[in-house]
Amino acid sequence: MAADFNWAVGGEAGDGIDSTGKIFAQALSRAGRHVFTSKDFASRIRGGYTAYKVRTSVDKVQSVVDRLDVLIALTPRTIEENLEELHEGSVIIYDGERTTMQDVEIPDEMIGIDVPLKRLAEEAGGAIMRNVVALGAACEVAEFPIENLDSALEKRFSDKGQKLVDNNKEAARAGRSYVAEEYDHEFDYDLETTDEDYVLLNGDEAIGMGAIAAGCRFYAGYPITPATDVMTYLTGRIERYGGHVVQAEDELSAINMALGAARGGARSMTATSGPGIDLMTETFGLIATSETPLVICNVMRSGPSTGMPTKQEQGDLNQMLYGGHGEVPRFVLAPTTIDECFWKTVEAFNLAEKYQLPVYLTADLSMAVTEQTFSPDTFDMDEVEVDRGNVVDETTIDDHLSESGGFQPHEITDDGISPRAFPGTADGAHMSTGLEHDEQGRRTEDTEMRVEQVDKRNRKVETAREREDWSPREFGDEDADTLVVTWGSNEGALAEAVEFLADDGLDVRVLSVPYIFPRPDLSEDVEAADNVIVVECNEQGQFADLVEHDVLERVDRINKYNGVRFKADELADDIKATLAEGVEA
Amino acid sequence: MSSDIRFTDFKSDKQPTWCPGCGDFGTMNGMMKALAETGNDPDNTFVVAGIGCSGKIGTYMHSYALHGVHGRALPVGTGVKMARPDIEVMVAGGDGDGYSIGAGHFVHAVRRNVDMTYVVMDNRIYGLTKGQASPTSREDFETSTSPEGPKQPPVNPHALALASGATFIAQSFSSDALRHQEIIQKAVEHDGFGFVNVYSPCVTFNDVDTYDYFRDSLVDLKETDHDPSDKAAAKDVIFDDETEHQGIIYQDEESVPYHEKHGVDEDMSVIPDGAPEGATDLVREFY
Repeated sequence: MAADFNWAVGGEAGDGIDSTGKIFAQALSRAGRHVFTSKDFASRIRGGYTAYKVRTSVDKVQSVVDRLDVLIALTPRTIEENLEELHEGSVIIYDGERTTMQDVEIPDEMIGIDVPLKRLAEEAGGAIMRNVVALGAACEVAEFPIENLDSALEKRFSDKGQKLVDNNKEAARAGRSYVAEEYDHEFDYDLETTDEDYVLLNGDEAIGMGAIAAGCRFYAGYPITPATDVMTYLTGRIERYGGHVVQAEDELSAINMALGAARGGARSMTATSGPGIDLMTETFGLIATSETPLVICNVMRSGPSTGMPTKQEQGDLNQMLYGGHGEVPRFVLAPTTIDECFWKTVEAFNLAEKYQLPVYLTADLSMAVTEQTFSPDTFDMDEVEVDRGNVVDETTIDDHLSESGGFQPHEITDDGISPRAFPGTADGAHMSTGLEHDEQGRRTEDTEMRVEQVDKRNRKVETAREREDWSPREFGDEDADTLVVTWGSNEGALAEAVEFLADDGLDVRVLSVPYIFPRPDLSEDVEAADNVIVVECNEQGQFADLVEHDVLERVDRINKYNGVRFKADELADDIKATLAEGVEA
Repeated sequence: MSSDIRFTDFKSDKQPTWCPGCGDFGTMNGMMKALAETGNDPDNTFVVAGIGCSGKIGTYMHSYALHGVHGRALPVGTGVKMARPDIEVMVAGGDGDGYSIGAGHFVHAVRRNVDMTYVVMDNRIYGLTKGQASPTSREDFETSTSPEGPKQPPVNPHALALASGATFIAQSFSSDALRHQEIIQKAVEHDGFGFVNVYSPCVTFNDVDTYDYFRDSLVDLKETDHDPSDKAAAKDVIFDDETEHQGIIYQDEESVPYHEKHGVDEDMSVIPDGAPEGATDLVREFY
């Protein structure tokens, strides 16, 4: 691991912290440096502490660390909030002429750089550019060529006119010159540049881009932190590819609109967070039992209820696996990295259509608002494949009609997968319903058909288990005695933690699992290891429960689901039969 | 689209389980006739139904259809039409589905003005759950769960529609077959959200809002000097508590439906078998 550099800008919400941080992150990315960003923020528009943090290295960075080398502090609280991360020799850039910063105390072991940010900004054309002055000062401290800042400033301000771009460039240089002239201190940093080209994006953006790449044409959603960026990304972009975004009146409506578009034959999606999933769960059973392909993205945040809306948690796993009354299969995918957010979104659409069921695609707050650099080849659009599954047209529909000529969207098949006909397909008219139905989609309470339809829906899962690759990603020492299992966005931190552990002479094997259901069978891996540790960002260990569930085979099961209760004599026979099977086995 | 489509082509092979004499028979017949008369056929029609007695309509009609979750029929219809502007979308549900559990969606569907038809089969009662007050029940209407009446006045769905910016508001009566069909047909032909509240009497649980009551009290706006393009006049009709009206209450002749206004005109079911052309531009934006 080459030396990494950790930088942050912090102040009050409304101080332009986000855009300032983003400009610096982009400048580093354009200079061929890897970047990993994170945000401290509150659920409010103005006031309250907020910060944008950047970790950068010439090598790949995929986690945050508890260390801050250079901090631009617009408020005294920014320093207080980061005292743990600041260390001996950390540089704090601040404006001592700002009323609130006049009496600020810089800890003795740190280096305070007092730059008249506002005054220099005004000289360059406007006080609003004070953060850019600070960026210029940071460039000088970090020995980062200021020219790299220029292209990021152009990207940010070009639509507002060349004059503004020029003023900002001048403001940045004013900050740099001030530090160069007033401080003859030798700083330890040297942010070298490389010739690499990187793109910089966060998880929500990767999901949005994946959706467009996969041919998603319709998105309905209701704004909610931290999923809103998916909608923001798609708005104005999906239209360029023939799609449309609707901001619905609530999540109940959003998912039903998405369902309607899917019944119309569009690749369709909604994104929300836990509280929205609560509402959408109302419609979940309908989507699944009507065998409608739909991608439901859940960008998790800290719950329950309103919880901590701007904080990280992976607490919705059980909700996605088990949410909704009754029993019906669904897939749950959990990309473990930002680039995988893109690819798993593409995969989610293919799985949804091939197996005609709802697919939960889950990310979490950390991944959603974190930006990371990647080689643009990571998102090679030529590699995107679209598989729409078993869709019939006028020429093939005849094979799927009943004796009376009705189309059979729930045809009983060996693999559980039935034909789909989009509206407009001749002879394809059919009913889709949340009621139990026969092969034509017509309501039924027939005990045999009920069982056939339940089994058919479940057979799709077995088919998917056989046909698709559900492997986890493995790294670390494959022969290690200790197995660490994780899912979702923890992978980056774990990957770097493995290196720290190796430095201390402790080898571990890591399995990072992006598939929650269906999921890889880890029983052999678990049995083979001396120690098994499951890492997840929640209190109950919801994935750990699944891992334990999968290795335990103790009970036989008697199940009945044809709509009729157990009868005493029948149950006695069932128990006898079960015991007899057990003896034979 | 074949020209020899008859309204019976929109009938499924399922026999309705509505009570004999239920107003929903007439409501459905009018819908099927209006669809056939406007040149639609079952394969290019999508019917979305809610939950309740009225929600069964999707089962008894033959077309592409979705029988959905209680109260959410309008969002489903909206999604279908957004994805498929080429498909005729008709949403049907009851007064409970539309004005109680789904009232929030009604307001927003109206103001979006998506080009579809919304038929509310209003019997002023909850029938399928065996007779409880609905949002359109009279304030003194006694039921098993409201022995002293619902303790709240009925909603005025037309007023709700007008206040939400409706471009087509109508009232029909299922028993007045020709007139009902004619009104539904106008709603189908309307460029935008065609809202028709249909008095569709429940013969089992509502002994107040009966066929006789509506027959005796309904005034047809066609036989008055009402001008449906006059919003102020529409308001007067809507807030006239003394008279039950049928007919076109309001129609904005200049209405431009959502998909035309916002350029949502593509058949979204057709996509390439790889990333769409120009998708690499999306990656470049992140430089």
